[in-house]
Formats: sequence, structure tokens, C-alpha cells
Amino acid sequence: MSIDESTAARVAKLARIKVEPEALGALAQEFNGILGFIEQLNEVDVEGVEPMTSVTPQRLKRREDVVTDGDQQDKVLKNAPDAREGFFAVPKVVE
Amino acid sequence: MLDLTYDTPKPKRIAGAKHDWELVIGMEVHAQVSSNAKLFSGASTKFGAEPNSNVAFVDAAMPGMLPVINEYCVEQAVRTGLGLKAEINLKSAFDRKNYFYPDLPQGYQISQLYEPIVGEGEVLVEMGDGTARLVRVERIHMEQDAGKSIHDMDPNMSFVDLNRTGVCLMEIVSRPDIRGPEEAAAYLTKLRQILRYLGTCNGDMQSGAMRADVNVSICRPGDYERYEETQDFSHLGTRCEIKNMNSMRFIQQAIEVEARRQIAIVEGGGTVDQETRLYDPDKQETRSMRSKEEAHDYRYFPDPDLLPLEIEQDWVDNIAASLPELPDAKKARFVRDFGLSDYDASVLTADLDSAGYFEDVAQGRDGKMAANWVINELFGRLKKDEKDIANSPVSPAQLGGVIDLIASDAISGKIAKDLFEIVYTEGGDPAAIVEDRGMKQVTDTGAIEAAVDEIIAANPDQVAKAQQNPKLAGWFVGQVMKATGGKANPKAVNQLVAKKLNG
Repeated sequence: MSIDESTAARVAKLARIKVEPEALGALAQEFNGILGFIEQLNEVDVEGVEPMTSVTPQRLKRREDVVTDGDQQDKVLKNAPDAREGFFAVPKVVE
Repeated sequence: MLDLTYDTPKPKRIAGAKHDWELVIGMEVHAQVSSNAKLFSGASTKFGAEPNSNVAFVDAAMPGMLPVINEYCVEQAVRTGLGLKAEINLKSAFDRKNYFYPDLPQGYQISQLYEPIVGEGEVLVEMGDGTARLVRVERIHMEQDAGKSIHDMDPNMSFVDLNRTGVCLMEIVSRPDIRGPEEAAAYLTKLRQILRYLGTCNGDMQSGAMRADVNVSICRPGDYERYEETQDFSHLGTRCEIKNMNSMRFIQQAIEVEARRQIAIVEGGGTVDQETRLYDPDKQETRSMRSKEEAHDYRYFPDPDLLPLEIEQDWVDNIAASLPELPDAKKARFVRDFGLSDYDASVLTADLDSAGYFEDVAQGRDGKMAANWVINELFGRLKKDEKDIANSPVSPAQLGGVIDLIASDAISGKIAKDLFEIVYTEGGDPAAIVEDRGMKQVTDTGAIEAAVDEIIAANPDQVAKAQQNPKLAGWFVGQVMKATGGKANPKAVNQLVAKKLNG
């Protein structure tokens, strides 16, 4: 699989990263380098090998169903560029 | 399992301009798990709180915050799976579904695409006419709910409330086994009933605790059977997904409207595009959600913040052992043990409160009579006051008392209705009320006989007519009942009137 400039532009758009058109060529090149490395990894036969999810054997940590957090509207909204009446205020998005 | 057997309902057919069409429907139901705290944070799930007050930094996606799973949510998902007779996957895993929207601060939703916690199950959907459809469930997975955007508080801004962000949803995905709008509504009703029995979701559609995405496609008669045989989707039409509906009525309308739209396209020589659509109940049309299409590349990948979720068979077995009696079993038992009709049993098992109330009333009494009083008198009266059974002013013991008085011939059926109204509005012990207010049925034949004689003596013309035409005897019975204030035992009156007239 090879990444061209239009694919690079699409990925940038999906990730909401602004990339100037003249930078797309180099970006596509870098992607291809990464994908080339992954293709190399794909050559290893891992048939029947469980994907490793943790270096040491661990069980997913659980929490109890108890309310221990919240009630901090001011803190939650503190970094918002705009907040009104307890809400985040963002440019209008309507379906 | 069931003593009840059903025929399969006929699929809905819609006549196009050229020929008939059938509908094929699959549903994705989002059910909010009833839990105190969110799926991955300790913030409250309470509905209707001050905006952004039930938000932990995890929910607001502050940098460095890590999700820790709420074990109770897992238990509720497993319980739901068991309730739908589904296989439980002892190992499941979480994935990130990436998209940008203001009410999704993480930029991704944590969901379970590749390894859901619950596999294949089923829901028996009764249609109320002796037919039922067995709808297969493909999977149930857990995921985070998004926040809420409000668009009508300011002309230029949208307001975002993250209170709902991160609340645990179960997405219950059906196979395309639903064959009409009524079946779709019945499926959702049944699913809601099961979840409420299980206590895993409150089923409140108004508050959005339960909402559905509906996949609709059309096919020619015969095509669906070919799909069933082969499980090959190419026999079916291209589907469109109608998003986010939380009204039974609108779901049915939307399916019908969408099917007709697709029929018009196909009969006009066009092809249906697979896309996401929204239903507009005002205009009664569905329309494309283009923005959704653009973002459709969700780039799922395993969430590196969460290890796979491994649960133990013992734990699952314990949950299975604690399952309540479910609607199908309860209904079958009501039919079997109380001699109820299928319909009455359905009405009484619609929710746990009704079923429990009925069982209390029916205990040691005639089941059919108890069902009649609960359904016709009590439910009718509650409906008039827009009250639900949990707030009934008449307790099961009181209603049972009324029924006992009828059963022992102490009061007539007609008086019983008056008595019920008194108990409903004023309260009190039915037997004491009957005693205090002299409502007891007159079974003393001497007193009734006197009343009959009096009426006969006063109406010689009627007597002559009644002797010609025995059907007119009813008039005398009515007169006697009136004269005795409804307290005479109707059976005794009937007998005496007949005897005297023919006497």
C-alpha cells in the first residue's frame, strides 16, 4: 500500500490537522516509510500467537459503582475558550 | 421453555407502482445501563443535573486522565446477555472509534468493535394476534455515551453539556429479522420489557435512556427466503440507517416513509445509496446526514489505555443464578397457573409492578376474576387519573377484599363496582364498608319475594305480555333490582321472577 498526496490530505482532514498543500508530498513520503516498516513486520509469521497486551501479567483494573467524582463545573469549564450558563459554548453545529 | 406456541407473522407488504415489495429491518438499540457512576469514571449518571456538574476529568478528556472500568456496568451487560439467552464472551476488548464532534471531548468513543462482551442471542416478539417473530440478536457491546449539544439557546453558538459523556451504553444489535414497522415497535417494546425486568436499563425513551438506529431495506417477495437459506445479503436491497429515534410512533412512521422512498427510487430505475439518514416527523420524510458520511472512516483501533476485559465463568454463573423470572416465563406461568388468556397474561406481565400486583390479588382467589378486576376496573380507573400501578390508591389486599365479597355472594357485581369506587376514593376495608353502609346483598328470599310480588301486582299489563314472551321477564328483574337499591341477589331475583310469572 502506498500513500499519495490525496490520501495524506484525507488523513490530515480526518485528524483535523491543518497541513499546507506544499507539505503533503513530504508527509506522504513519511507515511510510506512507516508503512514500509509495518509491511516488514507483517512478514513475521504470528499464526496462533496471542497479541501481547501487557508486558507483565495483569488483570484489567476495576472500580466499584460508586459516585466519587464530579461537582466541579467551574474546573471543567476553566479551560474552555467560551462558556455560558454552565455550558461549553462552541460555534454552531447543526445537523 | 414455553407452553405457548406461535405462528410466524406475515411480512408487511407495500404495493409499489409496479409490484409488491417487502421490508427487511435490523435494529441497533442503545440502552443506557442503570448504574450510579459512569463506565470509566466516578462521576454520577443522574439525569437532569446542572450542566457539566456530573463530569470527571476523565469524561472531559483532560490530558493524562485514564479510564478505569466500572465493574457493575460489566455485570449489567452480562446480565442483559443472559436475559437474551446469549453467549457471554469471557474475553472482550475495547476499541477506539475516532470522530470529531463538540460533545465528544476525547475525539473518540470507547466501544467494542472486534470483541464484544455478548454474542448471539434472541428475542421472542409477540404480535398480539397469536403470531410471534423470533428475532436474532447478533451481539451486545458496551460503549460510552456522548455528551449533549443544545442548538436553540443562542443564534450563533451551540451549547455543550458533558453530563451524559461516558455513561455506559449497551448497544444491542439485531439481525435483519424484523419484517415490518409494527414488528419493529413490538421488538423494541419487548426488549424494553426484558431490560426493565432485568433491571439493567430503565427503558425511559423520553429521556433518551433507550434509543434506536433502524436499518431499512426493501426486497421483492421471495428474496428474503433466499437470504434466509443462504445468509447471503446480496438477495436483499441496499440498506439505509435511520439514526437516533426514541419514539415508537416515529420509528414506525420513519420505516414506512423510508421504505416508500426506496421503492420509488428502485422502481424509477435508480439505485439506493447506503447512507445514514434522519427522520423529520414534521415533514414526514427522511433525509441524508451528509456530515456523518464524511466522518464515516472511524479508524477503529484497540484502546491502548485498557487491557482486554477478562471475566470468570463462576462470576457469570452467579449472575445467571440471580436472574429474575423473565417476561416469557412469567406469562406462560400466568396462563398455566391462573388460567388466564394469552392476552390477559400479556397485559399483566407488561411490567413487573402490574405482574406483582396481580399475583398478590390472585393469591388464593380465582385467577380469571382477579385478572378481570385488575385489568378492567383498576387499570381503567388508574388510566382515568393518569396514575400508574405503583401509585394505586387501592392495595392488592383491598382489591382482594372486594373480590372475596363477590365470591361469597355478600355483594352483587354491580354493588362491587360502587364499593371499588368508594375504596378507590376514600380508602378503607371493603368488608367493613359493606357492613357499615348496608351494601350487603339481600339473599333473604322472603324479602326478595315480597318485592317481586309487589312489582307483579302493580303491573298486570306487563305480566300478560311477559307470559306471552318470556324474554320480557328481564324488565321485572330490573324493576326488582331498582326497588331493592341493587342489593338483591340477581340470581335469586331471576329465579323468583321466572317462577312467579309462570306460576
